[in-house]
Amino acid sequence: MSILVAVRNLTRIFDVSKPWLNRLIERRDKALLTAVNKVDFEIEERTVYGLVGESGSGKSTIGKIIVGLLPPSAGAVEIEGVDLYREEDDAKVDAVRSDIQMIFQDPYASLNPRWKVASIITEPVAARGGDTTDMAEKLLEQVGLSARDAGKYPHEFSGGQRQRICIARALASEPRLIVCDEPTSALDVSVQAQVLNLMSDLQDEFGLTYLFISHDLTVVRHMADKVGVLYLGQLVEEADRDTLFDAPLHPYTQMLLEAAPKLDGFGREATPPEGEIPDPINPPSGCVFHPRCPIAVERCKVDPPELRGVGKTRVACHLAETSRD
Amino acid sequence: MSALILAWHSDVAWSFRRSPVAVVSLMVVLILVLAAVFAPLIAPYNPFDPASLNLMNGFSKPMEPNAFTGDTFWLGTDDQGRDVFSTILYGMRISLFVGFTAVLFALVLGVTLGLVAGYVGGWTETIIMRIADVQLTFPAILVAMLIFGIAKGVTPVEHRDEVAIWVLIIAIGLSDWVQFARVVRGATLVERNKEYVMAAKLIGRKPGAIMLRHILPNVLSPVLVIATISLALAIIAEATLSFLGVGAPPTQPSLGTLIRIGQGFLFSGEWWIILFPAVTLLVLALSVNLLGDWLRDALNPKLR
Repeated sequence: MSILVAVRNLTRIFDVSKPWLNRLIERRDKALLTAVNKVDFEIEERTVYGLVGESGSGKSTIGKIIVGLLPPSAGAVEIEGVDLYREEDDAKVDAVRSDIQMIFQDPYASLNPRWKVASIITEPVAARGGDTTDMAEKLLEQVGLSARDAGKYPHEFSGGQRQRICIARALASEPRLIVCDEPTSALDVSVQAQVLNLMSDLQDEFGLTYLFISHDLTVVRHMADKVGVLYLGQLVEEADRDTLFDAPLHPYTQMLLEAAPKLDGFGREATPPEGEIPDPINPPSGCVFHPRCPIAVERCKVDPPELRGVGKTRVACHLAETSRD
Repeated sequence: MSALILAWHSDVAWSFRRSPVAVVSLMVVLILVLAAVFAPLIAPYNPFDPASLNLMNGFSKPMEPNAFTGDTFWLGTDDQGRDVFSTILYGMRISLFVGFTAVLFALVLGVTLGLVAGYVGGWTETIIMRIADVQLTFPAILVAMLIFGIAKGVTPVEHRDEVAIWVLIIAIGLSDWVQFARVVRGATLVERNKEYVMAAKLIGRKPGAIMLRHILPNVLSPVLVIATISLALAIIAEATLSFLGVGAPPTQPSLGTLIRIGQGFLFSGEWWIILFPAVTLLVLALSVNLLGDWLRDALNPKLR
């Protein structure tokens, strides 16, 4: 299968320092936050790549960089072989842009409250001067709403219905890649399942590729073919879904899986993750996970581990071979 | 038609029908605006037509036949025999025209600058908002007088009366845009980070289109409230400038000009020349203000 998205050594640094006058008075240096640190992965066409991590791990930042909302500080994202931020041929950039869409987390903020549903859904096409006759009605029926809803305003819909409208909008420009940034975390559990199943069905029907960003491991397990685990802006482990969930190699992934609620886990006490994510402005030396790691050794405090292949998994841990015990 | 039915059932219409103050204020404003617009049809005399004036009618008392001519004037006449009722109607025309146009000017300028400042950010925002802050340290009337003075200096004497009204509009508008810019900038800062704006960005919409088509409709309701309250302030500002003698010229008297003319007769007993224009100004400004207050409450979801 061909590679649709290639993320190469992607780094994004945010300047979170105070205004220059405050810095001058308080004699402080610039504060830089590395939200994404040398992340490297590929997404194959017609697959779902799940990106998991705690809040602040940089998963949304990666999503925004991929769709072109945020320029990277270093590294590159290539979609269909085109780097949106470096390509100088406008026609190529435009062609790639129309192949990317995004579904956002908050269905209440992602639809313009003053626009009718029909205009919202057809905007990606209308913006390029395409023909939008009957398009909204057709798309609404495809996502399980009624064609008559096209004339309504977003406030007349529930959260789940709004997310269906967002999906319809994402489908309008017939994209190949849809970046889903926590698409169900604002929804009720019962509605989550419906929306996820709809997304799966549409993926088969239109041959879509998803980058599925979530903190919810059960959702990722349900959706993803391949899963990447982020910690403090770094990719610490990546594997096929089954490999990752059955045999996690990185101690952080193991900790996450243990903390996740299990269906067969009645009566068993889950051990909560130990400690907090460290301050990303002053990340720990060596392996960023070592202050929370149960098996850390001296080497982990000084030597940052590289992502390397262990079996079918890519993992960034010095002790990956022994961590399973 | 269905739009009308929908409007009647909307929350704002409902709150309007439940507020007697709003209903009465709107009626008063409508009557005054209509009276001003149709002044040439309603006014019994044309105060600008020297042929219709009779100096013998000067200083007629309200509702009393003139001692020389026997003519009766509802609200009396001034020293030149001009009917006070007619001058008020014509004066209100100028006051309302200046008020509306000045607010429109301030609104367009302030909303544009506020949108750009809030959306673009960076140095653009700093420059626009610092100008606004500096301007707020002067009283609006001072800014307006300054602009008026400069304009008077650069226009040739023979054209001064023609351009006076427009200078007045620009002066009041320029002294009032800050309010709009500040509110719109604040609302834009909130809206620009919402996901519907990102959705528009990622399909390649240009910043101009995003500001105009996406953000603007979502920041307009506070603008409407400020515009209403600004209208009352603009009418008063115009009256103040005209009262000070730097506003509407005597050939096109506004309510403020009438009050200035009238205050010369206040202590010689001809009270009606100043009282009626002053009361009209008060009623006009008060009803517009009350309407603005109601609108602010009606559009504020936290007060429902």
